[in-house]
Amino acid sequence: MRIPWGMLALVFLLTGFGLVVLYSAANGNVRPWAFNQGWHFAMFLAGAFVLSRIGEERLKTVAFPIFGFLCLSLLGVELLGAVGGGSRRWLDLKVIRFQPSELMKPAIVLAIARYYALVPATEIRKISTIIPAIAMIGVPFLLVLVQPDLGTALMIAFGGIVTMYLAGAPLWIFGAGIASVAALTPVALHMMHDYQRNRIEIFLNPESDPRGTGYHIIQSKIAIGSGGIHGKGFLAGTQSHLEYLPEGHTDFVFATMAEEWGLIGGVGIILAYLLIIRWGMGVAMRAETRFGRVAAGGLSTTIFFYMAINLMMVMGLAPVVGIPLPLVSFGGSAMMTVLICLGLLMAIDPRGRRRPT
Amino acid sequence: MPKWGRGRILTEQSLTLSFERRTILLGGAQFGIGALLAGRMGWLAIGQKDKYDKLAESNRVQSQLIPPRRGWIIDRNGKPIAINRTNFRVDLIPDRLQDPDRIIDELRGLLNLDSDAIARIKEALDRSPGYQPVPVAEDVPYERFAAISVREADLPGVASSSGYARSYPLGAAVGHLVGYVGPATVDDYKRTKDPLLITPGFKVGKEGLEKVMEPWLRGTPGAKRTEVTAHGKLVQDLTTRPEKIGNILQLTIDAGLQEYAARRLGTNSGAAVVIDCVHGGILAFASMPAYDPNVFSGGITKSEYAMMSADDHLPLFNKALQGLYPPGSCVKPMVSLALLQAGIDPGERVNCTGVYRVGNGLFHCAKHSGHGPVDMHRAIQFSCDVYFYTMGRRLGIDRLAPMARTLGLGQRFDLPFTNQRYGTVPDPEWKLKRFKHAWGQTDTVITSIGQGYMLVNPLQLAVMASRIASGKDLQPRLIANRRYGPQGGGIGLSQEHLDLVHAAMRDVVRAGTAASARLPVAGVEMAGKTGSAQVKRISMADRAAGRTASEGFQWKYRDHGHFIGFAPFDEPRYAIGVTLEHGNHGAAAAQVARDIMTFLYAPDRAMTTLAALEQGWGGNIGDRMDAQVKRWEVAHDSSPTPQQEADTGPDQGTVD
Repeated sequence: MRIPWGMLALVFLLTGFGLVVLYSAANGNVRPWAFNQGWHFAMFLAGAFVLSRIGEERLKTVAFPIFGFLCLSLLGVELLGAVGGGSRRWLDLKVIRFQPSELMKPAIVLAIARYYALVPATEIRKISTIIPAIAMIGVPFLLVLVQPDLGTALMIAFGGIVTMYLAGAPLWIFGAGIASVAALTPVALHMMHDYQRNRIEIFLNPESDPRGTGYHIIQSKIAIGSGGIHGKGFLAGTQSHLEYLPEGHTDFVFATMAEEWGLIGGVGIILAYLLIIRWGMGVAMRAETRFGRVAAGGLSTTIFFYMAINLMMVMGLAPVVGIPLPLVSFGGSAMMTVLICLGLLMAIDPRGRRRPT
Repeated sequence: MPKWGRGRILTEQSLTLSFERRTILLGGAQFGIGALLAGRMGWLAIGQKDKYDKLAESNRVQSQLIPPRRGWIIDRNGKPIAINRTNFRVDLIPDRLQDPDRIIDELRGLLNLDSDAIARIKEALDRSPGYQPVPVAEDVPYERFAAISVREADLPGVASSSGYARSYPLGAAVGHLVGYVGPATVDDYKRTKDPLLITPGFKVGKEGLEKVMEPWLRGTPGAKRTEVTAHGKLVQDLTTRPEKIGNILQLTIDAGLQEYAARRLGTNSGAAVVIDCVHGGILAFASMPAYDPNVFSGGITKSEYAMMSADDHLPLFNKALQGLYPPGSCVKPMVSLALLQAGIDPGERVNCTGVYRVGNGLFHCAKHSGHGPVDMHRAIQFSCDVYFYTMGRRLGIDRLAPMARTLGLGQRFDLPFTNQRYGTVPDPEWKLKRFKHAWGQTDTVITSIGQGYMLVNPLQLAVMASRIASGKDLQPRLIANRRYGPQGGGIGLSQEHLDLVHAAMRDVVRAGTAASARLPVAGVEMAGKTGSAQVKRISMADRAAGRTASEGFQWKYRDHGHFIGFAPFDEPRYAIGVTLEHGNHGAAAAQVARDIMTFLYAPDRAMTTLAALEQGWGGNIGDRMDAQVKRWEVAHDSSPTPQQEADTGPDQGTVD
């Protein structure tokens, strides 16, 4: 088996840098974050290698069952939440907390790719082909949206839509989609939870609520802006160490990093991500089956969405939707999802397959 | 683009091509967005770095202003009139207050606040714009202050601080002179946005010298910079910039004399002003009754203020500058100087029968039986009205009014007070403008004895005395300055005329209308002139009822009594003007002037006189004011709790 060393080096670099930032965010301690994060990474990386050994054919067979199972799990979470009171995003399986919405991100990509693999090329642009795909995206999207978790719901939708695009869905459907989103926005705003609407309003004008939700964006921008080109130096960030920056080790870890490492650190992270994603897109280009190609492109784009949405959020270009920066932010879920994506990409990559000698 | 279900037929091969195209497009878009994000970050970190640097710094560093100590106000000899002493205070910062009712309740216990204070705090909290601190208590005893300090973390919104409070050792005796200080108003802050104005404990001048001289006295605030976390936890102290104390203000006032004058005015409503006849410096500037600036600066309670507002002796009113009275016979030396200047022979006699007739009008002399034949000297000495009716009419208002102005009547002086009323020296032009009536003979006649339209304030009386005494154009001064020397400009009065008037004024005190005002000091003689001004005309009905003098009237209808004088008469050094509202006649004012003058030469003797008088009045100014407050509170049923009384212990502070 050939191992994609370049990509792995980037992943190690990114995660290692993340550990350094978490060490600083904890005022120069490996506890409580960096140490655990390192363990998580080791665990999930091992998992990714296990995944990479699964054959593409096997993936194809389990894509639908997994998708169906996750849809049911989402429904279960919803029902349990309704019974238990309050909103929940996970099922407690005693051993681990199982968060189906997180796994849904790669699963939707696989499911859509699998669906399109079934459709003959001649049928791909037909409306009768498109409708089931939209339904497949719509079900998990709505189930996650009502949790409520707008950020994850949007990522699932984006992942599915990009996969449809790569699979060859006609372009007019995307135009129509954008138009209907624009038309439905007022309705959506009306139906949103107060806190969601509030976040969007505050995103549009963070200064309107400097002590509330707008505070996150303001403080994050201050941390990034005051970091300048070189940053204030390792362990020297005031925004994070004096606790002005909320969520400085999770969703806003990029701001913590930027304050101490400046623009150089930030551009480094963006570059590392883009190179990892480029590797993923490369896998898509050289994959040998339609399923492999579409799935690889979708999985790579899922990783991209994580990065793009998180960075837009911390730099005040998007509402605060609770999307972490995987590998860098403290927390297992996003790291697990990204490493699953990378594992699946390795599985699809024809270069990784043992070649007959 | 393909249409509904009828598109270009796709094959596996064209699909692969389409996929590759779309993948490249998608990859390009990803790189584009990545570049955009890097660009956005560059904009924040390079383009707007300065802005965010400042914001990060203002997050990190909490700058706390240290209010500057006000400059001292001292008298001509360096004795303190207004100083600062350390005190401890507790404030509420409404913006940080979380559970006002609980906090106020706790403070009530910790500080032993009465219901009056609680009501005031709650009212102030309702009106406060949030950033402005609401004072809870000032001059808190150290034990209570410490009890609050250690609990401050449990009392969000409570700020305890040690600082400096303005202190006026002479109390009410300097009330109208220096004014008082108090917290800046919300409007002041809105106008200037100066954070110093809302710093707890910082006060600005509200009245008198404290207000007018504010820029000179204020000083420059210091700043204490500390690094704090988002939760307000102190991390470390950064640099501290020390405050710059305000400038010292030295006055021409003699603190001892000022206090004496204020005390000697006693239970009267009146004013006394003493002027140095060489330098023009004001040595005493008393208006009584007065408020205690210590009480005002500490924040006066509603009931105390109500009491002062209701007092018919007007303690909130600076009579020395703002009280306008007809000067009465005090103008006679001035009129005499005008007569002399007009060439009228001082030896010419006028026969006083007690009544003077102009047309149908009868003008009475103060002595109803008449003085008989009087020359100028006797007319001044015995205050004969008929002489001045006659001579004033001959002189005419056109020559009388300019002399009055030359001597300071109707004039405004360059003194550091915002509110100066300068009264009226009437003339035909003025009357026409004011009343649309032509000036008549009777107007001249009545003006000749300082009645009618003429109005002056006690300061002007003292200035007139000083100018008659010195023959010089003395400008009263209140602020001492090393460059100020003796004042010299003449006012066109011949020494011969002055000597004539001085001699007559000496005889007023030696054996005239102010015979009771002779100085009990060997070798120093005071010259002067009494005056009384009618408040209510003595009507024919009053005369029929036997009330031919105002003693029979209610206090508020009695005549005002004035005295102007100077000493020593042969070499004038000090000039004085005293006004007693409703003091019946000038003799009482003359006695007040006598004792104040005596204080300048023989302070012990003057103090002995005062001690006896104060015993009769019920104690000194402070004692009497305390008693008045108690009486008011009993009458208005808001007596303080015994606990509160027990609490007013000795001052905790020390003089800085």
